[in-house]
Amino acid sequence: MRPRDGYVFNADTLHAVWLTVLAAAVAVPVNTVFGVAAAWAVAKFEFPGKRLLTSLIELPLSISPIVIGVAYLFVFGMQGLWGEWLMEHGVRLVFSVPAIVIVTTIVTSPLVFREVLPLMQSQGTEEEQAAISLGANGWQTFFRVTLPNLKWALIYGVSLCFARALGEFGSVAVVSGAVRGGTNTMTLQIQLLFDDRVQTGAFAVASILTSLALVTMALKTWVERREAKAFSAAGDGAE
Amino acid sequence: MSITAKNIKKTFGRYTALDGVSLEVPTGKLVALLGPSGSGKTTLLRIIAGLEFADTGSGGIFFDGEDVTQVPAGQRGVGFVFQHYALFRHLTVAENIAFGLKIRRRSERPTKKAIAEKVAELLHLIQLEDLGGRYPVQLSGGQRQRVALARALAIEPKVLLLDEPFGALDAKVRKDLRRWLRRFQDEIGLTTIFVTHDQEEALEIADEVVVMNNARIEQVGAPQEVYDRPTSSFVHRFLGNVNQITLPWGGLIDGSTAHVEDGVAFVRPHDIELVHFSEDRDGEAAVVYDIHAAGPVARVSARREGNNESVEIELPRSQLALLRLVEGDCVLLRARPKHPPVSEYAI
Repeated sequence: MRPRDGYVFNADTLHAVWLTVLAAAVAVPVNTVFGVAAAWAVAKFEFPGKRLLTSLIELPLSISPIVIGVAYLFVFGMQGLWGEWLMEHGVRLVFSVPAIVIVTTIVTSPLVFREVLPLMQSQGTEEEQAAISLGANGWQTFFRVTLPNLKWALIYGVSLCFARALGEFGSVAVVSGAVRGGTNTMTLQIQLLFDDRVQTGAFAVASILTSLALVTMALKTWVERREAKAFSAAGDGAE
Repeated sequence: MSITAKNIKKTFGRYTALDGVSLEVPTGKLVALLGPSGSGKTTLLRIIAGLEFADTGSGGIFFDGEDVTQVPAGQRGVGFVFQHYALFRHLTVAENIAFGLKIRRRSERPTKKAIAEKVAELLHLIQLEDLGGRYPVQLSGGQRQRVALARALAIEPKVLLLDEPFGALDAKVRKDLRRWLRRFQDEIGLTTIFVTHDQEEALEIADEVVVMNNARIEQVGAPQEVYDRPTSSFVHRFLGNVNQITLPWGGLIDGSTAHVEDGVAFVRPHDIELVHFSEDRDGEAAVVYDIHAAGPVARVSARREGNNESVEIELPRSQLALLRLVEGDCVLLRARPKHPPVSEYAI
């Protein structure tokens, strides 16, 4: 990196920021839908293999991200299980942007699930049964009763998932190939700059990453405050 | 609307919750399903509501003679009040009550104005006019219970089902609310079934009491009838206090109120007569070892001379005072005759 480009507003850094945010922007909504759906199935229904499913979903939390990256290569890499077949069909799932997005999603996949599940379990199914006895169908019950009840856990799980997606390093390092201005996320960029002994540049990118995390936290706090206020206002109004 | 359950069986794994239960609830009656926990009463209620389904191959549920066994809960026209109210915690009281109307298909949904009017009417009925904007957490237990009732009534059900409606309330609120329910039911005449394990509750407000035990119905009858003439030792034990006196017992006379089963006489404490011991009267001797005289009724505990079995007797405080009974006194006990007119025991 040439210093005269500036440490923040140079093309490589900006691309890394964009790529990181893109990965998070895909991972968060996917994992929110997945997490809520999976937690719903586990909390509200009885079926064989439920424990196995739960452990499977939580697996990415208990293994090192770098192992997830290696496992990903093992399946999709050139020498991997499906690598040859994918190549023949012109799909490139390693050392590419999709690779970064997919592993980020995998690594952060349990986070929303983990936040939402205990709440769903503790709330039981009585409110859903009440909705059904009042004539609600499955979708109405889910969107009008189940989902609104999860609000707090959901806000927390989503911000956690977003923060984790921004900061993911190990798995991305393995699958991205770290091409500057191509497949380099912020965390990888920081490492590259360090390796090049451009410490100031590394700190600059680290600062951007930190700012993003702080903005996420501020946003979460703001939403929580607003909700709490609306709630107590309704109560006072009724006095 | 009348409700009929025919030969309902329900098992959860190896556990039998209902073992061929049949029940007939006439239109407009207030019926109590009474029994200890695990007797199957809640399961029966839930099957009537359509929240649970009977085992395949068992009988069915009929509303006014029409088979609704396979009809899902939402389409049975049933108002269900849950034990822990199950109010929607993210909705206000008014929104909770309106829920069942708001979710209807556009063609069947009342106008916004009509819904608002209905909510106001129900808030008035449950005497919570000013609390429509509150959230459930901001209400007391009794208020939540009434909101749950209003929410169930909003959809104008043909049957009202309540699962332990007063179970989670304190004693005072409980009494007020159940009397309120009785008056309310009298006014609108909706066929109502409620589940309870509290015999006092069932006996006080129900038109008919269904006593359940061990996945079966033990006895069905008017409160007075099941209390006065239990047909099984279970009902005897479950409804009100009862002494279980091993036979032979000198106090058992012909035409008494005692129920005899398997060599044991079941006699209620207030159906035992007590006098000071004397040779020329019949009855069995016992020694008083405890006198408890708080409240309107005095409770006397005595031990039978023969086998030391403990017997409890209840009598009015005034009578206790006349007897001048003290602990250690020797007394005679006998079962009260069914028709207790002139008695040599008159004091």
